[in-house]
Amino acid sequence: MNRNVEYTCIVCPAGCLLKVEAEGNRVVKVDGAGCPKGVEYAKQEFSDPRRMVFTVVRVRNGELPTVSVKTSKPVPKSKVFNLMRMLASIELEAPVEIGQVVLSDAYGAEVVATRRVGRREAGKHGCKPVSNSLKH
Amino acid sequence: MIEQKYDVIVVGGGPAGLSAAIRAVETGLKTLLLENREMLGGIPLQCVHTGFGIHCFKEDLTGGEFITRLIDRAAEIGLENMVKTHVLRVQVDSASEKTVYAASPRGLLKTKAKAMIYAVGARERHQYEVGLTGDRPDGVYTAGEAQALMDIYGVLPGRRIVILGSGDVGLIMARRLALEKAEVKAVVEVLPYPGGLTRNIVQCLNDFNIPLYLGHMVREVRGSGRVEKVIVARVDGDMKPVEGSEFELECDTLIVSAGLKPDVDILEKMGVEIDPATRGPVVNEFYETSLPLVFAVGNALVVNDLVDYGVEQGEAAANYASKLLEYYATQRLKWRRVDRGRNVRFMVPQLVSGAMDVLFYGRVQHPEDNVRLLIRETGFEKRFSKVKPAEMIRIRIPAEELVKAKGERLTFEVVG
Repeated sequence: MNRNVEYTCIVCPAGCLLKVEAEGNRVVKVDGAGCPKGVEYAKQEFSDPRRMVFTVVRVRNGELPTVSVKTSKPVPKSKVFNLMRMLASIELEAPVEIGQVVLSDAYGAEVVATRRVGRREAGKHGCKPVSNSLKH
Repeated sequence: MIEQKYDVIVVGGGPAGLSAAIRAVETGLKTLLLENREMLGGIPLQCVHTGFGIHCFKEDLTGGEFITRLIDRAAEIGLENMVKTHVLRVQVDSASEKTVYAASPRGLLKTKAKAMIYAVGARERHQYEVGLTGDRPDGVYTAGEAQALMDIYGVLPGRRIVILGSGDVGLIMARRLALEKAEVKAVVEVLPYPGGLTRNIVQCLNDFNIPLYLGHMVREVRGSGRVEKVIVARVDGDMKPVEGSEFELECDTLIVSAGLKPDVDILEKMGVEIDPATRGPVVNEFYETSLPLVFAVGNALVVNDLVDYGVEQGEAAANYASKLLEYYATQRLKWRRVDRGRNVRFMVPQLVSGAMDVLFYGRVQHPEDNVRLLIRETGFEKRFSKVKPAEMIRIRIPAEELVKAKGERLTFEVVG
């Protein structure tokens, strides 16, 4: 007995409507994809849905109190909230460099910093901004 | 008072302003960038999600990754800039001399420049612009405020959230809040269709089972001290609430994501002509406003879909500024005015000479399938299988097409 499911592709802003036909756990046909990536997405979504995770983690002594982070690749959708909980317990020490690995094993992905957070100038409190000018 | 002189002063250190200033330096102009926040970067700094740089870097970057590339480039070329510097007033002394007055940490700044590139971005429409009535409790934020609270300062704005407006910003905030285990009760949209991209409906709302109420409005906010609930009503074809359709949603936070409007305060004071359709300045194909050598780019010109468009406008304006500073002759050009015809909400630039190819940015009023974008006076047309208000039309039209218009008008229309 063949099963039919529909997804909206999230690979790009076009948002193609993907019609998937499956036999048991095997995708036999994908209609509606505007590009090969859409076909890949439909197969992945059917067998093992994954999502990128974007959030922030705490930073100590930074010019900002947080640094934005992302997973290096999509992680299983069912593990997203587990990962969020793991990240909530992390606190980094400034400075944080962009690309710095924040968590090395996140369901097969790495979690990396997506902005730079310099160290807060000594003796100052609160979220103190960066230098007054790029030219020093 | 500090006094200095530059070729070009760029106001605003977000993507458009940074790109304009970087390009201006690269073309050899003595350039100063003024930014009123504490650091360069603008709004992408608070955007943890991707969707940045798809065109200009051919990569899908997060806001932070994207803007860091521009900030690093600015540092590399030694872009002169001042942060925490708020432009108060710009005086036009002559076609090629402007005086910029700004409040800076070093005191009142008075700088002179031949040209100005205005790139201060947009501001968000807030609760009093969308007809919200009721109490005035704590807990009503714009989407951008909520985003800055969470993703810069690490503070969750509330626990039980209602979002007003289904543009991409509202949808992305819905996901962001749901990820942080806030309970997102609903996204309420007054139009009969969502404002944002379908993929954002899917990955931001459906993934988290967040209900979307299309054709509904938030009529009233209730709460003493803090938001306690909002009253939602269905709207009829005239966008008026249907009596008896009201229902309550209990929440402690209302996030207003009701769109952006170019911030033209300084330009308006200077007497620049404003386009009622974009609510930004009227510009010619050089991104020059109605005042000579005063350019406008990015979301201060027109609310763009993609950051890449703002970058592209910033770079182009800097290139034109550099050329026009060498030989200023735009007064001699004969301008054709771009008119809005059927299902065209706006077109930018609004003035074209026909002397060069022009990249137009436009938006339709309502979604349609299988249509043509047509210039009535020239017969130029391009087919689109789908147009929708959420997606800008970006189209380069060659000079030989534009000069075909005999009169002073070019009417853009979307027809079946």
